[in-house]
Amino acid sequence: MYTLIYTCGLGLLCLVAEILNLRKLLIPVILAGLAAIFFVNYMDWQMAGPVILGGIDMSHMLQVDHFAVAFNAILIGAAALLFTLSGNFYKDEPQHLSDYLAILIFILCGAMVLTSFTSLVMLFLGIEIVSISLYIMAGSRKFDIRSNEAGFKYFLMGSFASAILLFGIALIYGSAGSFELPKIAAYAAASGMANPMFLVGSLLMVVALLFKVAAVPFHFWSPDVYEGSPSLVTTMMATLVKISFFAAFYKLMSGGLLGIDGYTSDILVLVAAATMIIGNLVALTQDNFKRLLAYSGISHAGYMLLAILSIKTNSSSALFFYGASYMLATIGAFAVAIPVFNATGKETIDAFDGLGRKKPMLAGLLTMSMLSLAGIPPLAGFLGKYYIFSEAIKNGYVVLTVLAVLASIVGVYYYFKVILAMYTKHGDESDVRPTMLYTLVMLICVGLSLLLGVWPGGLMGII
Amino acid sequence: MDQTAQLVPINWYLLLSTFLFCIGVMGVLFRRNAIIILMCIELMLNSVNLLLVAFSAYSGNSDGQVFVFFIMVVAAAEVAVGLALLISIYRNIGSTDIDVLNKLKW
Repeated sequence: MYTLIYTCGLGLLCLVAEILNLRKLLIPVILAGLAAIFFVNYMDWQMAGPVILGGIDMSHMLQVDHFAVAFNAILIGAAALLFTLSGNFYKDEPQHLSDYLAILIFILCGAMVLTSFTSLVMLFLGIEIVSISLYIMAGSRKFDIRSNEAGFKYFLMGSFASAILLFGIALIYGSAGSFELPKIAAYAAASGMANPMFLVGSLLMVVALLFKVAAVPFHFWSPDVYEGSPSLVTTMMATLVKISFFAAFYKLMSGGLLGIDGYTSDILVLVAAATMIIGNLVALTQDNFKRLLAYSGISHAGYMLLAILSIKTNSSSALFFYGASYMLATIGAFAVAIPVFNATGKETIDAFDGLGRKKPMLAGLLTMSMLSLAGIPPLAGFLGKYYIFSEAIKNGYVVLTVLAVLASIVGVYYYFKVILAMYTKHGDESDVRPTMLYTLVMLICVGLSLLLGVWPGGLMGII
Repeated sequence: MDQTAQLVPINWYLLLSTFLFCIGVMGVLFRRNAIIILMCIELMLNSVNLLLVAFSAYSGNSDGQVFVFFIMVVAAAEVAVGLALLISIYRNIGSTDIDVLNKLKW
């Protein structure tokens, strides 16, 4: 609970820093603040219980349990890596640095609400905090028409999805008489299947969340928005925001709608199958690196839906491990890609041509990230897939798991397209020069991916 | 709870707000002017408000009415951001027709 308050305070501090003219110190202060918040979050692990603030019991709104603390921890870690990248990213626009950083911190706040809500009111607020901040960030290159277009497309699609979510919440409130997850769960178990209004409401909520996590057939916004947004914002969308939406989705399904599992799982099976197939097949035809990672994100959403489908056996650990490995690999990939984009001035896959000869270390690190995304042992991505697939088999989704394995074999092909471009093609003589901080982030991401790949016990099974 | 509100059956409120919501959805899907699309999204949100207030009055539970305030605040924030994005688009291309937003395609 205090984690959330301090994060909010850090965001406000960022806005004040603009007035006090402390821009140079901003990134170190934020990183120190995030370290302190990580520690506060760790303290919550010891005393997880009802949230009491000023003598009032808040647990009908937010609940800080081990699920929330664990997800908050990896979200804070991802945010710290992203902020390390951000100082250099906005160097051509120093007068807006503190605004952008403040908005990025508020995204982290929204993500923390999403991991710990116990009321549909907080779910809605969390989704909106994240989404509205992201609309601004997606359009933050004001004079670049592509960024404008990405921001506005995201805004239209996102607010449409929010309206659908709200209609679902209203119908659920009308049938269950409450916004609180435990009461909704009790209602769903008792008479959810018999009340069409409740079923329609849950369907609308599930559709809205599938929209937010970019699952097929609600994925059309994602490649356009990923391509048009500034690369750092794309990284944030693909990692922190996607994982927080999945945490919220998991929490909603396990804490509220478990009683109508037979109804929602039929839809989710179809959506997961379509997401894995279409995400991987369309990714094969892409030649823009950001669009490639957008479709890769869509296919990874399909695998993570398998974890949502297996809530009966408490698949939260598998989802958590998968989320952590996916975030590490994607941030690692973008930490290499951003300096390459800057040096070559293009964002297509041929920007990486000849990188293996020019900068063997960068090429090696990007290769590791790509292999982790593709799910090749001994990297963390392989174990993430393994845990999720074994949960799905435990729940009897054998055909779907076979499909997922086939889809991820197809996926290996397009990740290798990038690797082949680096090692077999000749590029121009543009000089790729990542700063110290970028190199540090790459090394941390790849190092942790390897570490989790050989020692999964560090994260697996702690929830 | 409120006697006059309950003279009208709840189903009628449900039908009315579903109808308004569908008008909003149709507007978002078929109109091409960005400002009209924004208005249609507002219509969708307001139909939800109506539904929440009706449910709240019928069940004698005030949570729904409080939630309506949250929705209004969030909708105001959303529209502020949406109009700001629209203005920056208008400055760059001089149009609010969403068909000109076609730079990003595969």
